[in-house]
This record gives sequence, structure tokens and C-alpha cells, in this order.
Amino acid sequence: MDFAMTDEQRLIVEQVRRFVREEVAPLEDKLDPDESRLGPDDYARLVAKVKDMGLHGLGVPPEYGGPDIDTVTMTLIAIEISQHRAGLYSPCYGSFGGAGLAHLYEASEDLKKRYLYPTLNGEKHGFFGLTEPSGGSDPARAIQTRAVKDGDDWVINGAKIFISGADKAEYGIVFARTDAGKGRNGITCFIVDTDTPGFHVRRVVHTLRSAYYATELQFENMHVPSANVLGEVNKGFAIANDRLSRQRIPYAASCIGIAIKAQAMCVEYAKLRETFGAPLATRQAVQWMVVDNEIDIRTARWATLDAACKADRGEPFRTEAAMAKLLSTEGASRVVDRAIQIHGGYGVTKDLPLERWYREMRIRRIGEGPSEVQRLVMARDLFGASL
Amino acid sequence: MSVRMKKAWQELTAANVAALGGELGIYQIADENEHVFRIGFAGGRSLFGLRGELLKALEEHRGRRTFFRVEINCQYMSRYEELLMVHMADYGSLPAGNALEGNRKIGRLSIG
Repeated sequence: MDFAMTDEQRLIVEQVRRFVREEVAPLEDKLDPDESRLGPDDYARLVAKVKDMGLHGLGVPPEYGGPDIDTVTMTLIAIEISQHRAGLYSPCYGSFGGAGLAHLYEASEDLKKRYLYPTLNGEKHGFFGLTEPSGGSDPARAIQTRAVKDGDDWVINGAKIFISGADKAEYGIVFARTDAGKGRNGITCFIVDTDTPGFHVRRVVHTLRSAYYATELQFENMHVPSANVLGEVNKGFAIANDRLSRQRIPYAASCIGIAIKAQAMCVEYAKLRETFGAPLATRQAVQWMVVDNEIDIRTARWATLDAACKADRGEPFRTEAAMAKLLSTEGASRVVDRAIQIHGGYGVTKDLPLERWYREMRIRRIGEGPSEVQRLVMARDLFGASL
Repeated sequence: MSVRMKKAWQELTAANVAALGGELGIYQIADENEHVFRIGFAGGRSLFGLRGELLKALEEHRGRRTFFRVEINCQYMSRYEELLMVHMADYGSLPAGNALEGNRKIGRLSIG
């Protein structure tokens, strides 16, 4: 298998790398070290430049106005745009736009008009409501939120937790159990307007990320019209599962970007910093840490590009995506940890981005399915239905 | 941790500010009637953390009787955001001293 970049990919990567280095990273000198947002002027300027590059709306299908880019190229871009302080969770401060909630592309024309198009043009924002207090890794069994038919409406009662952006969203995709006896075949996906009576954002959930928070939601006799069912009744789990698999590739790519940036800092610092009369780079203990970093980075990168290649070829990529997610989140966590060790006391200060990446990377081993679930996904594919 | 800050108010004086540490965290500033007119945070670029930020507030409000309270918190940005949301839920608007934040969307909370 050949992972050499095409000329076009090389040009795109170089262009994006220059954009991050010259346009994005300098802005961070003035921002709080934990910041994830830009002021409106800086944001608008970045968006305009990304549009000039023809890369705005990454992940949006070309027929909806997005750039016509394959998954491998998108992965290469995702690796680049995360290489700055806020890059793990806020790559280039969102200036590349995004696919929004991908399930909406499969929605009815009525739902597209009400939710997809306003999302693509920035008028509306949505959230994804899957995880519940009873668990997130096994949604088929953990979902206790209930939806009961009432005339032309569904009445939803329940709670969700660790939901990003629900407090500011105009709508959300909410999964609820519509048939208690059918396990994963009893879950339905609803689009819910956040101004619906009975929709409550109960609290902010603070985490290791300072600038970003999750929310806890409660639904109390919330009426949702039947027209707002996304897909078919009792077939919502497939929608959730598809999203989880697809999301793992860019999720892995952004971790690799952070690891590459941390590694570059290690190499530069180890050459400059002297101890006992010689640069750190001459110490075998430091050399081995840097080499181990490189092994982690290249392993994760190859696995992630392999998953992206399979996705582009239309082949099943669930196992590959799970492996990429596991290798990149765990590998990048080790890289950042070693980078802090090499930088000594400075590594844990807010003067450098390493401490932020260390905190945020810890979440990555849990978000979008923890490492254990990725192993479970791979084991299921290896053992088949017998497991 | 309570959603609302519940610590006792202290008068914004040089002595009280000098007693503060240099930690990261958030603070509220209120008038004599305990009406909050400013919510802020001491972040990673704050010189001397909460003490530094409150010193600036002391200079700004010199000659006016004001009160403050602080909370040491490493999650200062999300806690700051949460306090703005709580204020919006309680009063329907941001504190006067945070008016510039009105240029962006503040999340909403259903506080029971």
C-alpha cells in the first residue's frame, strides 16, 4: 500500500500548513491559553481565507456546497489544522466550517429545509444527544429516554448527559427508546427544537477542558411531531452507529496533529536545552523518548490513513476506524506526556500548550467510545457473530 | 459545587485584595445592594491571578463602594460561562460590566 501524497494533496497540505503557521498560531499569543474562540473579526478573516483556499465546509458533500475532497485528503487536512494550541477541539477555531450533523443529509426534504440548509448557512446550530446518565458506550442498552406516541406527536421523557452545545443550539438530534422490548431495534432518532416546552438544559458539566463544557439535559413531557422523526421509527440505532464509526477518522487525525506538534517541540527543545554541559538531544534517555514518540505518531498515522483509504474505496472500515481511534488517542497521549517530561517544569506551565493538550488528550481516550470499546468493536469483527 | 456563587461578599479594598492569592479562578463584583455588575476570571495570562485581576478592579472602581467574591477554579473559562448563563437566567440580561459579551451567543440554563 502506498501512502505517498499526490501532487494535489501535497499542495493542499502545504497551503494549510502555512495557513496554520502564519494566520492561526500568531493569534494565540494574545488569547487566554485555554481559549477556544476567536473574536468576530479574526474569525471572519480566517473564514474568508479558508474560502479563498476552496476548503470551507470540510465534510459537506459537494452537492451541498462543500469541497469535493476524498476522505484521505480530508484526513491529511485534519492532521494539519489541529497543529496549534486550541487545535485538538477547536481546529483553526472552526474556520474550516464543518459537516454539521451528517445524518441530516439523509433526512426528508422537509427536514432538510428546516434544519440542514439553515445549519449549512450558519443560521442554526444543532447538538447530538445520545449519551445518558445510564451510560454512553452501549447506547443500545443504556438509552432510557422514552418516547411514547400521542396522536400525531411523540412525547419524550428522560435525560442526556455530556452533550456539547445544547445550551446554544436551536435544535438537536435526540435518541429515545420507542419500543422497550426490542433492544437496539427499539430506538428512534428525533429532531428536537430547543424552544419546545419541556426541553431543559439543567446544568453545565465542567471537565478537564476549561473553555468547553458539556451539558446535562432533561426532557419533561416534550412533544415532538411525527414529522421530526429522522429515518424510521425503531431504526435510530443504525444512525447513531454510523455516526460513531465515521467520526473516528477525523477524531484520530486531530490527535495525530497534536502529537506531531508536540514532537516538533521536543526535537527543537532537546537541541537547545543543555544539562550537565551537553544538549538534552545527546542524552540517550531523551533520544529514546523522542524515538518512541515517532513510533507512536507513525503507527497512528498509518492506521488512520488506512481507515480513510478503505472508506474512500467503499469497503467496510469499522475495524480500521476503531484501531485508528485507539492508536491515535493512546499514542498521542503518550507523546504529549513524554513531551512534558522533556520540557521539565515548563512543560506543566500555561506558557506552553503541552499542559492543555495533556488534559484534553485524556478526554480523547474516552470520547467517541473509550479504548475498551474500540477493542470490543475489533473483537466483534474478528470473532464474528459467535461472540 | 453550587451553580451560583454563594461565598460571602468582601468589600473591594486594598487590604482585602492583598490577602488574595495568585490562583486562577473567577470573581464577581457587586454594588452595595449585592447586585452583580461584573463577572470575570483570572486566566492563564493574568499577572498574579485573582489578586492581579481584583487589583485592576480596585483601580477601576476607586471612590465607589463595591464588593467582590472569588472562587479558585482551574476550569475558569467554563465556570465563567456558567455564571454568565446563570445571570441571564435570573435577570434576562448580562451584568452591565459584561455587556461586550452580548456580541456572542450565551447559552441558556433552566434553573429550577
